Amino acid sequence: MNQSTKTPFVRLAKREAMNPWKAWCIRIGSILLALILGSILIAAIGKNPLAAYGTILDGSLGSKTMLRQTVRIAIPLLGTALAIAPCFKMRFWNIGAEGQITAGAIAASYFALYWAGKVPSALLLVIMGVTGALAGGLWALIPAFFKAKWNTNETLFTLMMNYIIIGVVRWLQGGPWEGRPGSQIIPEFDQDACLPRVFGVHCGWIIVLILVVFMFIYMRYTKQGYEIAVIGDSINTARYAGMNVGWVIMRTMFLSGAISGLVGFIIVSGADNTLHDGVAAGVGFTAITVAWLSQLNPFAMIAISGMLAILSKGADTLHTRMDIPASISDIITGTLLFCMLGCEFFINYQLIFRGSKHKHAPAEQKEAARS
Amino acid sequence: METVCAIEMRNITKRFGSVTANDHIDFSLNHGEILALLGENGSGKTTLMNMLAGIYFPDEGEIFVNGKPASIRSPKDAYDNRIGMIHQHYKLVDVFTAAENIVLGLHEGGKLNIKAANEKVRAICEKYGFDIDPTQKIYDMSVSQKQTVEIIKVLYRGADILILDEPTAVLTPQETDKLFAILRNMKADGKAIVIITHKLHEVMDLSDRVTVLRKGEYIGTVPTSDTSPQALTDMMVGRAVTLNIDRPRYEHPEQRLELQGVTCFDAEGVKKLDNVSFTALGGEILGIAGIAGSGQKELLEAIAGLYPISSGSILYSPEGKAPSNLVGKTPMQIKKAGVAMAFVPEDRLGMGLVGSMGMTGNMMLRSWRKGKGIFVNRKDPNALALQVWKDLEVVTPSTEFPVRRLSGGNVQKVLVGREIASSPSVLMTAYAVRGLDINTSYTIYNLMTEQKMRGTAVLFVGEDLDVLLELCDRILVLCGGKVSGIVDARTASKEEIGLLMTHIGGKEEA
Repeated sequence: MNQSTKTPFVRLAKREAMNPWKAWCIRIGSILLALILGSILIAAIGKNPLAAYGTILDGSLGSKTMLRQTVRIAIPLLGTALAIAPCFKMRFWNIGAEGQITAGAIAASYFALYWAGKVPSALLLVIMGVTGALAGGLWALIPAFFKAKWNTNETLFTLMMNYIIIGVVRWLQGGPWEGRPGSQIIPEFDQDACLPRVFGVHCGWIIVLILVVFMFIYMRYTKQGYEIAVIGDSINTARYAGMNVGWVIMRTMFLSGAISGLVGFIIVSGADNTLHDGVAAGVGFTAITVAWLSQLNPFAMIAISGMLAILSKGADTLHTRMDIPASISDIITGTLLFCMLGCEFFINYQLIFRGSKHKHAPAEQKEAARS
Repeated sequence: METVCAIEMRNITKRFGSVTANDHIDFSLNHGEILALLGENGSGKTTLMNMLAGIYFPDEGEIFVNGKPASIRSPKDAYDNRIGMIHQHYKLVDVFTAAENIVLGLHEGGKLNIKAANEKVRAICEKYGFDIDPTQKIYDMSVSQKQTVEIIKVLYRGADILILDEPTAVLTPQETDKLFAILRNMKADGKAIVIITHKLHEVMDLSDRVTVLRKGEYIGTVPTSDTSPQALTDMMVGRAVTLNIDRPRYEHPEQRLELQGVTCFDAEGVKKLDNVSFTALGGEILGIAGIAGSGQKELLEAIAGLYPISSGSILYSPEGKAPSNLVGKTPMQIKKAGVAMAFVPEDRLGMGLVGSMGMTGNMMLRSWRKGKGIFVNRKDPNALALQVWKDLEVVTPSTEFPVRRLSGGNVQKVLVGREIASSPSVLMTAYAVRGLDINTSYTIYNLMTEQKMRGTAVLFVGEDLDVLLELCDRILVLCGGKVSGIVDARTASKEEIGLLMTHIGGKEEA
């Protein structure tokens, strides 16, 4: 008994496996904790936390218009998270989705600007989508090629590629594609080049939902998905199993870039109806968070991207209605993400405090009875 | 002095989730003795010792060091109690020297005086007979030298209770002898030593007492002089086990593989295989012996198409077909050309298995490309996984349980089971029984013999010469990338092979 005072105050033990429902309790608990921390912050600046949270929900889901705007924010997030999922599964750290979106947007914009009116609208949209995907895929293929051939660092490479392509858009804006001279703005697309609306939102949402199903099946049930999983675990094992690692890296990056490029097409054709240098608007980076939080599960990505969209839209309303600055909303979002990622630690490990009763108490009682 | 034990563990229990790794275990260790801790895979040997080393903390029970109750919460606590453990996987910084690694993490006052550290390391080497240069970098060292650094690290920190977790698993016979001589020196110096091992002849050779665990339970402790390998095996396994390897002769051996002057260089341009020529017959086990790093790995990888060959040819003659050259083909082409090869790489998890997948996912590594269409067939691999699970008695909760979390022996069973299931006509294995317990090892030997009797050409890279001599038909000895000699395993002696391993042609240099 005197031993107990000498045991460490707290120690970590890896959990074998946890009940799914228990794991979900911890996840929900972490969200609650984040909300509590957020309310302390809101209260500290003299606002009513409950009203603020109510405003976030009301401002993002309260009316049809608001709901539509929220969905519009969620579409590119979800699409891009789907795009980077196979790369991350392969442990290829593609942080260049931003640039791949932009590459797709440029290609789609070319046809929107110069082919509108010459071909039927439906055909034009298909051409824009296909060329957008191709452009995104090719843009992503460059770092993949260098990785496969000379094992370059893909993280730096994909990141640097972002700045190049955004520079290209700036040049187009001020040069060849400039609308009114001196405006630095590319003109708005013809109606033919804009995605039609379904339930009040451009039909990009249908495309990304189809992609969710596609990506789920692709990653889980196809040979290519299997190759990606094996390479992500061990390149040596993949080689040993006769996989052409370089080829798979290039193919997967092309696919990833193509989906990002398609998202770029959806943004310019569905949401912005024009091209500008902020077309990707950080989506390529936020999507990394979405992909990680959903543990690369495409269906979970729907919920996570939806949640981030609600927070983002809600933050705008918070600013206009309650005069809570956007920076405060950012802190709340950051706290939430931190808690959600951090709670995985408590799902994988347990803390054992000094003197705490073990779960295997019956064994101890048996022992006590024996002695 | 004699009455106080160096270590006494009473009623130690440790659980991981629902698994009880150690169930009320008693253990004692005296100064000036070598105690062998014996048990099959997953019997809880390493877990028990990790509690002395401060890696784990027991759920129940008490530990006494030199008769005083001790609470070992961290490796630092372990060192404070003068306990040091040499783990199976070395924890060294490659770009540091031996001495730098040894002093790493020590909190001595003042500036780091590497010269003084070098001197202190040299003194320890001299005292116990280690052969290490304190200023040599780790990346320049052999496995056995790295192990020596780990041992000196522990001694440098003043440990007089040493725990070695399977220290001989990666050593050659000669290196093992050297290590044992050192351990005996330490024992004479009054140190208390625990050695975790699977190899019974080592237990008999080295230890004073043997403690046997089975499935997390304490079975007993016996003086080594009062026991025999057979008796120990029975204690470990819980039932009588025969220790003889059956070696039938195959009736019609035919040529399967012929290597002619195969030469390979590694990325740095170092010659790894030098003019290697030999033939392997279907229906025989060709053992491949040699000091670690003599080209065994490169030889198997070259045949499998995973290592570039700069000159020479590898002729493969499938049953009833004309021979074809394998050189220059990719692993995939070798497979497509009708060559069925099964390769158990040296490094099980890193090359051969996917740690995050279950047995089914790992069985798919051989068959994932089969079938038309874009979807993988999971049904056949799953059936195969179930079969391997049953036949080789793999201990796993399910076929979807990640193999990374299985014990070493079970990981090996999954790998060997899969390779054999592909019904190869050439089966190559490297260190197939490394780190495996007796029972599993014999299962694997029997599987090899079974394959041989099917007419398969088996290439068996092994490190235990006793086993090679008992299992194989012929033994090829490599020395520095060259074929030093090929002997008949039925008539050759261990000394003969030992000589071939160190001298080309087996002749002592003048």
